[in-house]
Amino acid sequence: MKPAEFYARDRRWHPPALDRDYKTSVTRSPQYAAISLQNSASEITGPVFGHSDIDPIDNDLILNFAQPGESPIGERIIVHGRVLDENRRPVPETLVEIWQANAGGRYRHKKDTYLAPIDPNFGGCGRVLTDAEGYYHFRTVKPGAYPWRNWVNDWRPAHIHVSVFGSGFAQRLITQLYFEGDPLIATCPIVNTIPDPAAIDMLVARLDMNATIPLDAIAYRFDIVLRGRRSTLFENRLEGN
Amino acid sequence: MPVDYLKETPSQTAGPYVHIGLAPGAAGFDIYERELGWDIAGPNAAGERIRVEGVVIDGTGSPIKDVLLEVWQANAEGIYAHPEGGEAEDGFRGWGRVITDFDTGEWGFDTIKPGRVMGRNGQPMAPHINLWIVARGINLGLNTRIYFSDEAAANAEDPVIGLIEWERRRDTLIARREERDGQAVYRFDIRVQGPDETVFFDI
Repeated sequence: MKPAEFYARDRRWHPPALDRDYKTSVTRSPQYAAISLQNSASEITGPVFGHSDIDPIDNDLILNFAQPGESPIGERIIVHGRVLDENRRPVPETLVEIWQANAGGRYRHKKDTYLAPIDPNFGGCGRVLTDAEGYYHFRTVKPGAYPWRNWVNDWRPAHIHVSVFGSGFAQRLITQLYFEGDPLIATCPIVNTIPDPAAIDMLVARLDMNATIPLDAIAYRFDIVLRGRRSTLFENRLEGN
Repeated sequence: MPVDYLKETPSQTAGPYVHIGLAPGAAGFDIYERELGWDIAGPNAAGERIRVEGVVIDGTGSPIKDVLLEVWQANAEGIYAHPEGGEAEDGFRGWGRVITDFDTGEWGFDTIKPGRVMGRNGQPMAPHINLWIVARGINLGLNTRIYFSDEAAANAEDPVIGLIEWERRRDTLIARREERDGQAVYRFDIRVQGPDETVFFDI
């Protein structure tokens, strides 16, 4: 791949910085307009990860924190899909990291004080590199819904946080994956920071019976799309014009 | 919009528990053999050793204590450790993760001072470190740059700083150099909202 600029990010597709229904954004949202930059080497390059950075077990959340011979409580699931760019090209060898609550909706974090118990066999994080076709998969348990302090009675739909790198720093993305059919998706102020229902729909993982392992784990499909690169440098040479 | 392009996956906040995924040690448990992002510039990396410290401040003037920053920078020669960036020395990675102290919001990282990187149209950019900031309440990661107070001449001709029409806002990107026990320490506080708001970029 030649060093080329990324397509401009469609800021109206992403959530705005300020959404008063998501209260924490009120004091954490910039008020001045961001300065638009055409890409330079600082934006089109980004960190590179290799198999020496991670371990093969890191994408198996059922095993990666469990005591020997034990496993976490909860519905066993597979989350899989491809990382593509806007040109529909696979993004190979890129790092995908996830984190989530356990089946009861409790995070293994010193700042989480929810009533539901910690699961001694569940850490709640995983990571993997996509293969040459941009494909990735994780095995985990389905996270539980949980309440949070926003409006008095807000509940997060079951979700998994997803972090992806791509090949340039300008592609860096963190998002959340939801599960098809969950009635809490429509009520969630964080989900609804995204203005366009079609954009929200991209965050809903689909039940995938063909990828389900019979008598073992049910599968959800979640494809991720990162910004695409221009294919020609004709008008975009970065240096030495 | 041509019909054949896909749309980018929309962003969602990293939330308060981002550390579980990206820095589990800080969340309170050891799980990975190697956590990523602690070696921006290893012992073999060439260049001046520096430390950068700061705090991220919200619109009420309070520190944000659950923020996570990612750093991306060139080496002392202005080369990024990336196939498209050139050939950086072994032990220089240029990427790191920085988390705040949960009680104070203070953060800091050790690295080497980057060199000048060629910008667009053959215009060199002043030495800088790229930052990406995520946290609860931040719906789409914020991009900014750290420049250095002891690079006044290079900063004055930097094409990116030059895009900022308000001169007083340019100062929000300049880390202030001080010496501490013989080491260069730069202070870079980030204000996400308010009259002294840090300049953020749409990259």
